Amino acid sequence: MTDSKYFTTTKKGEIFELKAELNSDKKEKKKEAVKKVIASMTVGKDVSALFPDVVNCMQTDNLELKKLVYLYLMNYAKSQPDMAIMAVNTFVKDCEDPNPLIRALAVRTMGCIRVDKITEYLCEPLRKCLKDEDPYVRKTAAVCVAKLHDINAQLVEDQGFLDTLKDLISDSNPMVVANAVAALSEIAESHPSSNLLDLNPQSINKLLTALNECTEWGQIFILDCLANYTPKDDREAQSICERVTPRLSHANSAVVLSAVKVLMKFMEMLSKDLDYYGTLLKKLAPPLVTLLSAEPELQYVALRNINLIVQKRPEILKHEMKVFFVKYNDPIYVKLEKLDIMIRLASQANIAQVLAELKEYATEVDVDFVRKAVRAIGRCAIKVEQSAERCVSTLLDLIQTKVNYVVQEAIVVIKDIFRKYPNKYESVIATLCENLDSLDEPEARAAMIWIVGEYAERIDNADELLESFLEGFHDESTQVQLQLLTAIVKLFLKKPTETQELVQQVLSLATQDSDNPDLRDRGYIYWRLLSTDPVAAKEVVLAEKPLISEETDLIEPTLLDELICYIGTLASVYHKPPSAFVEGGRGVVHKSLPPRTASNESTESPETAPAGAPSGEQPDVIPSQGDLLGDLLNLDLGPPVSGPPLATSSVQMGAVDLLGGGLDSLIGAPNFVTPPAATAPANLGAPMGSGLSDLFDLTSGVGALSGSYVAPKAVGSISMDLQLTNKALQVMTDFAIQFNRNSFGLAPAAPLQVHAPLSPNQTVELSLPLSTVGSVMKMEPLNNLQVAVKNNIDVFYFSTLYPLHILFVEDGKMDRQVFLATWKDIPNENEAQFQIRDCPLNAEAVSSRLQSSNIFTVAKRTVEGQDMLYQSLKLTNGIWVLAELRIQPGNPSFTLSLKCRAPEVAQHVYQAYETILKN
Amino acid sequence: MIGGLFIYNHKGEVLISRVYRDDIGKRQAADLAVFSSSWPFLEERVNRRNAVDAFRVNVIHARQQVRSPVTNIARTSFFHVKRSNIWLAAVTKQNVNAAMVFEFLYKMCDVMAAYFGKISEENIKNNFVLIYELLDEILDFGYPQNSETGALKTFITQQGIKSQHQTKEEQSQITSQVTGQIGWRREGIKYRRNELFLDVLESVNLLMSPQGQVLSAHVSGRVVMKSYLSGMPECKFGMNDKIVIEKQGKGTADETSKSGKQSIAIDDCTFHQCVRLSKFDSERSISFIPPDGEFELMRYRTTKDIILPFRVIPLVREVGRTKLEVKVVIKSNFKPSLLAQKIEVRIPTPLNTSGVQVICMKGKAKYKASENAIVWKIKRMAGMKESQISAEIELLPTNDKKKWARPPISMNFEVPFAPSGLKVRYLKVFEPKLNYSDHDVIKWVRYIGRSGIYETRC
Repeated sequence: MTDSKYFTTTKKGEIFELKAELNSDKKEKKKEAVKKVIASMTVGKDVSALFPDVVNCMQTDNLELKKLVYLYLMNYAKSQPDMAIMAVNTFVKDCEDPNPLIRALAVRTMGCIRVDKITEYLCEPLRKCLKDEDPYVRKTAAVCVAKLHDINAQLVEDQGFLDTLKDLISDSNPMVVANAVAALSEIAESHPSSNLLDLNPQSINKLLTALNECTEWGQIFILDCLANYTPKDDREAQSICERVTPRLSHANSAVVLSAVKVLMKFMEMLSKDLDYYGTLLKKLAPPLVTLLSAEPELQYVALRNINLIVQKRPEILKHEMKVFFVKYNDPIYVKLEKLDIMIRLASQANIAQVLAELKEYATEVDVDFVRKAVRAIGRCAIKVEQSAERCVSTLLDLIQTKVNYVVQEAIVVIKDIFRKYPNKYESVIATLCENLDSLDEPEARAAMIWIVGEYAERIDNADELLESFLEGFHDESTQVQLQLLTAIVKLFLKKPTETQELVQQVLSLATQDSDNPDLRDRGYIYWRLLSTDPVAAKEVVLAEKPLISEETDLIEPTLLDELICYIGTLASVYHKPPSAFVEGGRGVVHKSLPPRTASNESTESPETAPAGAPSGEQPDVIPSQGDLLGDLLNLDLGPPVSGPPLATSSVQMGAVDLLGGGLDSLIGAPNFVTPPAATAPANLGAPMGSGLSDLFDLTSGVGALSGSYVAPKAVGSISMDLQLTNKALQVMTDFAIQFNRNSFGLAPAAPLQVHAPLSPNQTVELSLPLSTVGSVMKMEPLNNLQVAVKNNIDVFYFSTLYPLHILFVEDGKMDRQVFLATWKDIPNENEAQFQIRDCPLNAEAVSSRLQSSNIFTVAKRTVEGQDMLYQSLKLTNGIWVLAELRIQPGNPSFTLSLKCRAPEVAQHVYQAYETILKN
Repeated sequence: MIGGLFIYNHKGEVLISRVYRDDIGKRQAADLAVFSSSWPFLEERVNRRNAVDAFRVNVIHARQQVRSPVTNIARTSFFHVKRSNIWLAAVTKQNVNAAMVFEFLYKMCDVMAAYFGKISEENIKNNFVLIYELLDEILDFGYPQNSETGALKTFITQQGIKSQHQTKEEQSQITSQVTGQIGWRREGIKYRRNELFLDVLESVNLLMSPQGQVLSAHVSGRVVMKSYLSGMPECKFGMNDKIVIEKQGKGTADETSKSGKQSIAIDDCTFHQCVRLSKFDSERSISFIPPDGEFELMRYRTTKDIILPFRVIPLVREVGRTKLEVKVVIKSNFKPSLLAQKIEVRIPTPLNTSGVQVICMKGKAKYKASENAIVWKIKRMAGMKESQISAEIELLPTNDKKKWARPPISMNFEVPFAPSGLKVRYLKVFEPKLNYSDHDVIKWVRYIGRSGIYETRC
């Protein structure tokens, strides 16, 4: 008997004919007709008009016919809700049928009819079926609860089905247990707060028992559920692990992966000194390798997961490099994933083998794969220093092949090798220059330009080479333009005499003829640097570059930990948290690895590139002022912030309007090659300020936060007034603030309180109390304060200068004798003299005004008609400053002499005087 | 969980569509329209209705080669596998267990094959009612249920069961089997002759450098059992697993050294779900109640002390720009009394080959232009022999800068032994309730070693 004939009826009046057949008296004919209906339904024809006729066929003792009618019902009930009620009676009747197969069929189908009106009628039959004597009916009913919950969650709760479902976890039949677990897990997912899956050692024990007995699919449900449990201590974790490990030998890869998930998660709680920890590590490797002999689709899933596991625990697979060698017939998606893992596993021990393989791959056909292989060679060079030389020679061989995309890819990676090992492989530059003309991809062009600029002094015709790029400047991509600009400035600084014209040309191209704000601003900065202070320009542009990281594209540790909790699932395949691809509230519960309870060592995690790394390179070393970015990111920012992890690549501009207006510091700019933190010039001049504040408005879309610093209140406790304006298009929430270490240990005394979310263009003003108990690091200038404000979008960096008088303490009055002794004691080199102009006050008024800012007059003398005020003040960190203020009546200019053991503060104390006296 | 399951033919026409979850098919049209703006190859087809079409447009009709077996289109994930011309796709909007979905799709293929043979468009159309019935049974609300064909065949048949014909006992027997601990076997099986067949099937994989250095080699093996046994027999399977042998040999050191040579180190093994895994984990013994008929008892992998049945020695010489000289020697490396069969050596030739002259000592060799290879076939070859082929390849001059990639020389063969060295030591059968003993069971064991990916770079 063949069914294909049902697909072929295409006559007119088909529906009419079917109707007649459905109402036929002959059973066989009826069945044939229903089959035709289903066939039409499958190919997408609308046969909903036949609803009443098909439902009429439901009353039959023929199981096959019944199933077909049910299939029809499931499809069309939703579009014909009123008619669907006609079917209810049959369902209720079928649920009482003596045949368990029919009872189960009825309860299974019922749940698939997603019509609100019907659901109430289904409660009674479902309740009965949940307690049915036959396990087949019970396991079907368990799933039906999940179905009903999906339609009407409230109804399920009201009817107490959840409790019945919980009871089923203790059922004698393992399959019922498995389905109940699956249903409960799904329901629990949509109620993250509820304690539905009340997992405790007893229920875990039941699950572990059922695990040995149920079907492969049931084992997956149970293992996935176990993975959500957090054992109370390491002993419990170990005992669960012991009972889960046998699953690693299951033929079903999904069972194996789910078991791996449970083990990876619970391992987190085990102490590394434990023998069992080592045993477990050893047991994990073989099953992971075996997964690679599965069908290619599963291999792909396995490889994506292994990629995560290798990042989390590299020790598991470190000896298994060979199994990741690419086979000629592997599908491309398997090849690419294997290559990725090979690079991660590359080490000094196996580098020779790996390189030989990579060289083979670089001659394959698939362009993406070849590119990745070439890139991998470069990464090996950076990762394993001993191999760098061989890598470079391999890359040169590849360049000789003259295959266009191979050459370009090779040049991009050679640039990185130059970064990592400066002044080592410059001999190859000549070969690279030969291929200049064949480069048509922006990344390769930019890399080549960088090389020329960086080694301009060794390339005789560097100016010609760069000039040749300049001709089509406006047709180049931004990446190339920026690189060209920097390279020519470098060239100019190295060979100023011959290249003046060139540098002027590029600067004018960048600043006057370009619409690109990044390019324009970089142009302006270079221009001003070059015209005001060429020495500083040299320091900035030719500064020593930060080291580049060995590992690239590592997954950010918190995301990695979350993904480890999702081993085997789609999230682990996409390497994205479920919230990134699942709609609505489902499955977006944030998961994290359990903390280790037994030992006190912190969970180590692989290093990652912090945010703010220009062009993906990790600024391990930022010259001067410590590693601000690194520091700020590694510290916990205020209250825990939920929500998606921060994007690691974006770099935000931070600029602060300080007191008088004018820009004081640039913390980072996208695509800068020169180390950004090195530029902290307060003397950029006024026009710069306007240029850069423009930038804020131009960065729309990225989500910029602009903050301005308002003069702090001077007396009593120290506080900082902030004004936060959201200039992005997105609502900002979850604010937190953090200070970098600074000269006087200023730190927020309370978390940043932004109560309501900040909608676009809204401004909020707040006052943040400060303390001086933070960690101390000398800043340049001394009163520089670097601030990071974090929110749901990103971390924003600012820097500001604070007036020193906020730090003057109340007990700053020195005894006369002590004052005299100290004044004499401090060497004369430490004395600094300043003029305070245009101050109309007399000595009395000055004294009282200064006193209100905790500058105390110790003594007063009048010498030759001049008032001499001897004053003292103390800073929060205990530094005393002694002052002599000379006031000539009638002359608005005062002379201030300061003496202090830490002469660096003098300049700032003077500024404080200025501020106090003139306000 | 799985939201829907679709089967397509090679044209992308839907043969079977079963939707389990409401979220599939809904709102897809709108999503797709948004998506299309960023995806060039969607073009005119975007205004179609739902998930069914999304998959057709993006995967089956995609212009590029498929880059991943999992595709996310408009927040809907599609898992697909292909069997000949047929595409099976599972669709979901949730964060499902991806490995489980693929395992399920494979299982689905197995089940269909067990019911109606080859998975082809014709067979699927001929059996669509059956397929719907199966899909209803093995996937409930997207959760895979018992999918062992042994159990399924007891109550899903092509004839259709009329409920009144079944006795109450029969019915409950079915349900208890489907849900029971031994879901893969029904009770009351009877054979006049109790018989079992064990096939040890190995595929040996090799990647060798031109200099004859083994880059990687492994054997992936399967033990396939065909059982025709009455009742609920308890079986115990033993092989020369190094760990077991060493454990047993503890008492007599003499025996250990003797048998130690013959035992093999198994890197890893996986078992059919009938095997009691906890027992294997604790005692390393393999005990089970087998399904009736044929099934795969275990899979294993070894990497140590592999007997490589053949060695390929290539010699490629470029003579000027328009000629290649190739000489390949193969050596058989096993007992002279054994015979290898179906030997085939495939020597790739460059794309610009214009003519080939071949001379071989044994078998037949032919240049196949459509496959860009010289195929050398030898029907039979005994152990410890060697044979040789030499070829002259004429090339057309090209100005293609890219060098010829020189794909590896691959080999196919079949040998009557297990290259891993695995030996079956025993398979004991106990059936306490019926009156037959282990001795009454007729047992057959066969070893077949085949080439997997057996390549030598040249």
